[in-house]
Amino acid sequence: MNILYFLIGCSVLVALVFLGAFFWALKNGQHDDVYTPSVRILFDDEVKSNAEDKSDINHISD
Amino acid sequence: MSNSTVTHQSSVCYHCGDKLPAVKLNYDEKDFCCVGCQSVYQILAENNMCNYYAYNDAPGQRIKDEGHFEYLDEPSIITQLINYKDKENSMVTFYVPAIHCSSCIWLLEHLYKINPSIFSSRIDFLKKEVTISYKHERVSLRQVVEVLNQIGYEPLISLQDVVKEKGNSVNKQLIWKIAIAGFCMGNVMLFSFPEYFGLSALEKEFQYLFAWLNLAFCIPVTFYCSKEYFTSAIASLKQKHINLDTPLALIIAVLFVRTAISTIFNTGPGFGDTLTGLVFLLLMGKWVKQRTYHHISFDRDYRSYFPIAITSLKDNREKPVAISEIAVGDRLLIRNGELVPADSILMKGDAWLDMSFVTGEAEPQQKVLGEIVYAGGRQMGEAIELEVIKPASQSYLTGLWNKEFYKTDFKKRNFNDSIAKYFSMGVFLIAFAAAAYWLWMDDGTKAWSAFTAVVIVACPCVLALSTPFTLSAILSVFDKKGFYVKNTDAVEQLADLDTVVFDKTGTLTSTQNSEIRFTGELTTNERLLVASLLYNSSHPLSRQVLKVINPSKIYAITNYNEVVGKGIMGQVDGCMVYAGSMRGLPFEVGSVISKENGGVHIMIDGMYKGCFSVEQRWRDGIAPLINHLNEAYDLKVLSGDTNKDEQLLKAVFKPTTVMLFNQSPHQKLEAIKNLQISKKKVMMLGDGLNDAGALKQADFGVAITDNINNFTPGCDAILSGNSLSLLPKFIQLSKDGLKTIKISFAIATFYNLIGIYYAVQGTLYPLVAAVLMPISTITIISFTSLATRYFAKRNKLTP
Repeated sequence: MNILYFLIGCSVLVALVFLGAFFWALKNGQHDDVYTPSVRILFDDEVKSNAEDKSDINHISD
Repeated sequence: MSNSTVTHQSSVCYHCGDKLPAVKLNYDEKDFCCVGCQSVYQILAENNMCNYYAYNDAPGQRIKDEGHFEYLDEPSIITQLINYKDKENSMVTFYVPAIHCSSCIWLLEHLYKINPSIFSSRIDFLKKEVTISYKHERVSLRQVVEVLNQIGYEPLISLQDVVKEKGNSVNKQLIWKIAIAGFCMGNVMLFSFPEYFGLSALEKEFQYLFAWLNLAFCIPVTFYCSKEYFTSAIASLKQKHINLDTPLALIIAVLFVRTAISTIFNTGPGFGDTLTGLVFLLLMGKWVKQRTYHHISFDRDYRSYFPIAITSLKDNREKPVAISEIAVGDRLLIRNGELVPADSILMKGDAWLDMSFVTGEAEPQQKVLGEIVYAGGRQMGEAIELEVIKPASQSYLTGLWNKEFYKTDFKKRNFNDSIAKYFSMGVFLIAFAAAAYWLWMDDGTKAWSAFTAVVIVACPCVLALSTPFTLSAILSVFDKKGFYVKNTDAVEQLADLDTVVFDKTGTLTSTQNSEIRFTGELTTNERLLVASLLYNSSHPLSRQVLKVINPSKIYAITNYNEVVGKGIMGQVDGCMVYAGSMRGLPFEVGSVISKENGGVHIMIDGMYKGCFSVEQRWRDGIAPLINHLNEAYDLKVLSGDTNKDEQLLKAVFKPTTVMLFNQSPHQKLEAIKNLQISKKKVMMLGDGLNDAGALKQADFGVAITDNINNFTPGCDAILSGNSLSLLPKFIQLSKDGLKTIKISFAIATFYNLIGIYYAVQGTLYPLVAAVLMPISTITIISFTSLATRYFAKRNKLTP
């Protein structure tokens, strides 16, 4: 059963690592803005190239 | 190509989505309502940024006139605005009110396509802020702002930006504390579980380790997470009164001491689980209470209304100067539409000042040379020159904010603080009585354990939790209906009012539903002539009138002439047409003119034709609202305007209602103060800077606005104009909320009595405390949220 001492120590250590990770994220400003990134990720490259093509065509048709 | 025809509806402007006027602009096979919208499109098209229109239909906003940004070249102003600067790069954050959709995010984060020297821009959507990094050697701050302005996203740069406080750090510290408390609670629970289920002989050897680990986790919770409770309790004891933090601090201390003693002397399990759980829940309650709206500012004062710089004249040279650096004797140049920043004397020019923001009076006032011009007036007309007689911070207007007596005289006490005193006394009484009984029975250990157990069990944590949870649930019901209350304390104030004071202009009337009415006669052709003339002007009144006329065609115009702030004239289809204010009329017209001074007066070929006047309309549902409020409240009207509408108001209000007209901002403030001296709890509803003092002084100040993002003066709540008729329901819900808090207090007392029954016998096993506390907390939180939902439904505030 002495292995439990080791396991308990490990579990506390792992928990501390996660706490540290949370503080790092907090300090890094990852929780400052929780809305904009959800929109930002939807701007995909495909639409972009389409739009560029579109405007190019428009210029030609001028 | 087929793609674009699908998204493109031809009846609205491709850029801003406004309905197209009969005469529209066409560019690149797209329709635009005005030159402004078209020019933005052109800029974006040139830079391959038409993606902007791909994410949303017509995401743009109409752009206003060209701004003057010369002041952004001043090094002293630049250093005030930028957040960070190194050898190559600068970083600046702007508040951009126009941010409203995903297209805005896309566009503003691709600014580098327009100017590669702006290498990064990030948006915080909820705060409507954009943080821009740029190479300051290649592009100046002024150029950055001009780029934003060109594409229709003019940042709002006000004096308040310069002095903005970083209120975020306090909140961040609370999150740190919650994280630590939650972490410790989780671990303590884990190590306490074996104890709950009973330990076999083999596992007994771990008991010692678990107890010490629990104590170790309790240390940061007690000395870091709950530090504020101790400091607050000590501070309030020094002032010889008891707040809610006093019993909480005592409980935390007792829990910690008992845990430490039982660990060190190995006398069984401590109260580590109760302690960490309690602190965690308390901090959660605090967090719920502190949550607030990111996009709304309740603390605005004159500083957010004032620009940050103004043009000064030194040796006949124009030079931008920061408002804070304006000194007595400086010469200022105020252009059309600019604000007078400091009390000064008119030295040159024709001053027509729109003082509506200061006094509430709609008509512009004329000033003669040598007269004093007060800060806050907006010049309508040609540029004028002023000499400053008082620095901006000491002017008549800013004096409204410098008064020391605001609110502090009338210390607000909420339910929690008032009951905490009696609660604490009751707990002490029972605790000492239990201890005395066991001492009399000669059982010292029992006395100690009974005393501490009573203190632990009688935890007022329910009080500390039910209030924020109930009130914040009410806040979220309110904000769905367009009523934004500053914080939870303000909701309690709302329930406790007996007098309601209304401002008239902008509060009972609406500026948005204003109606354009024409007095006089115009033939169809004459209407076209007028429309053709107005078509050339970007003045807001011209646009409003043009919308009403909605012409089918536009004539060409020659000899167009615009006198800023007065009117416009030009040769249209062979006729000389003039449109503008009365004082700008090119000919003497004598007695024909109606009494109305404001509005757009029309003259065609020297003949006075009449006037388009803007009439303010009463807001919808005023009469039922007043009727409803009349039953329970004293109503009053304080208006800065003349008494021309007194008869109309008398018809709606009770005949006995006190109505005061021509009130200056200071008089309004005094009126509120007098009411408060006669022990009235006053709610003030107002809209402008002229109500600012009264709003701040009132027990509950409500700023009414038609657009939440517009400027509102400092207040306790912001109410959207459409929701004004719901006001009685809001008040009722806040009263129901207080009722909920009181009922939950009764429930908590019931739980406490059960706990105390065990506690006074000195037989409180930590397990009982650890189970009792979460159960009572869960009951209370679910009760408050259910009750709030029920009351909101009953008041018809939720579907």
